[in-house]
Amino acid sequence: MLGWHAVMVAQDRFPRPEFESGYVYPEHQMPLQRAPYWEYIDLALLIGTLSLASWLALKKRSREGLLWLSVFSLAYFGFVREGCVCPVGSVQNVALALFNSDYTIPITVLLFFIIPLVYALAFGRVFCAGVCPLGAIQELTGFRPVKLPKAVESVMISVPFIYLGLAVLSAATESQFLICRYDPFVGIFRLNAPYTMVIFGGLLLVAGIFINRPYCRYFCPYGVLLNIFSRFSSRHLTITPAECTNCRLCEDVCPYDAILPSDVSAPPEEPQKERRRFLVYVLLIPLFAAGGLLLFRNLSPALTGLNSNVQLAREIRAEKENGIPAVSKAALAFKEAGKTETELFAEELKIHERFRKGSSWVGLFLGISFGLSLVSLATRTRRAGYVPHKGKCYSCGRCFKYCPVHVNNKRSDDKV
Amino acid sequence: MKEKKNIYQSRRDFVRKAGKILVVAPVIGLPLVLSKKVSASGNVWQIDPHKCTQCGQCKTNCVLTPSAVKAVHAYVMCGYCDLCGGYLRQGVKTISTAAEDQMCPTAAITRKFVEEPYFEYTINEDLCDGCGKCVKGCADFGNGSLYLQINQDLCVYCNECSIARNCPSDAVSRVSDRMQYIPKEKKVGGE
Repeated sequence: MLGWHAVMVAQDRFPRPEFESGYVYPEHQMPLQRAPYWEYIDLALLIGTLSLASWLALKKRSREGLLWLSVFSLAYFGFVREGCVCPVGSVQNVALALFNSDYTIPITVLLFFIIPLVYALAFGRVFCAGVCPLGAIQELTGFRPVKLPKAVESVMISVPFIYLGLAVLSAATESQFLICRYDPFVGIFRLNAPYTMVIFGGLLLVAGIFINRPYCRYFCPYGVLLNIFSRFSSRHLTITPAECTNCRLCEDVCPYDAILPSDVSAPPEEPQKERRRFLVYVLLIPLFAAGGLLLFRNLSPALTGLNSNVQLAREIRAEKENGIPAVSKAALAFKEAGKTETELFAEELKIHERFRKGSSWVGLFLGISFGLSLVSLATRTRRAGYVPHKGKCYSCGRCFKYCPVHVNNKRSDDKV
Repeated sequence: MKEKKNIYQSRRDFVRKAGKILVVAPVIGLPLVLSKKVSASGNVWQIDPHKCTQCGQCKTNCVLTPSAVKAVHAYVMCGYCDLCGGYLRQGVKTISTAAEDQMCPTAAITRKFVEEPYFEYTINEDLCDGCGKCVKGCADFGNGSLYLQINQDLCVYCNECSIARNCPSDAVSRVSDRMQYIPKEKKVGGE
């Protein structure tokens, strides 16, 4: 059908007239081209804002400065550039480029992915502190921080890992970009969004007044990577400008549960028992990894629903076998186009195979992450003072003003 | 006791160092692995007019309102018909410029008399909302000189084009920044 159609189009049904009146053919006008330099300005500003955020968080210790930087990032990366490309979404481009031969990743997108990670490795999560527009909009609306129960916190904190796994799987199999599709705030940046996005974003913002940064904490897939990288950061924001006096004034001020108390006063556990527990947990890691692998391998048929071709194949098959009419736009277009059902089903099988492989890896990653987090819970720590949890700390600087330690006869918050 | 503490400390440092190497490796490795797949120029989203079936999704699925998709006109392909399938609705009684006769719901196409019996058709891009009705009409009854393209000046470059996700015929795809548009020429390429 379409073949015939194309031939008809190719033919001149009505040949171009030969004008006698000296008519000049107008130029075939294409709309304007895209300005090429924006991405490089973005990149320069990304590096600039990251450096400034690092300086403000680590050296200047200024919460106010970080807030103003957030305002700038929200205005520029959010409202001016309308939220694209952001490092959060670039995870998918990298996954797509890694696992597909026909996609080439623009150098700017790759750098957008890597640069915040490099900064995390050097200075902690300064990207979250004042550069990420998604973080900034939540940081600026978090007025009344409330602490969540530990149990809720520890369950919810695993969601970003699963989200990251699914997003990478979905992007790597060329199915869809989950992170972009369910980005809660990009509609606000563009002042234009489908109502589902408005509701999701609005709910998150309202919840964020009390549960600060809900997206960052419980959804953000890039945050998982920043969390891991920041744990190994060479330098990191400190709560106190000098020596911690264990005054406990900062104990309850962090809404992100990212302040680790000093535990010199905690009664030491029996070393023998502790060591045994540690070993047991380490030995459990392979078990968790295998469990995750098996679980996700078996889940893969359900996950293939993320792919539109698989959805189409299912619809066509349902029509063929059960007589349920396939009426979706994709099904109608498929019927019009020349592709046969055998081709479609063969493609579906191939996608299934890719998902089976991919989801096994996702399961493995999640299992190992879970195992490692248990190990870190079981490890004894010896902290002489109150320190930020390097993985969870967003370097927001809320804790600065609560520290009474003086430097150069100044209170730490006098420097603001 | 003091010595024991030192052992713990060094062990901890060792684990930390090993972890650091583990996370630094992908940061250095990633650009190396991807070195062959990196392009200096970016990608933009564009409609392949030869795949497009004018389903109307472009108008409603773009994150922008009105859509960044606009109809463009390849004059070299146009037959300059009086009875234009892209300009006039099917089954009109008279050929006139009356609104009820026009295919375009926003009156974005205007026509100008050239010489008997030929008319030149021009698209007013500001009015066009990318519904593709004229494109369908032109493809069905004319030479197919009207077609849809994403206006790169309006497009906000979503990482995943919302139209691409909903396009039933996979006509929207990433093209190189250098190309930006897929023009329709007189001869249809060997698709």
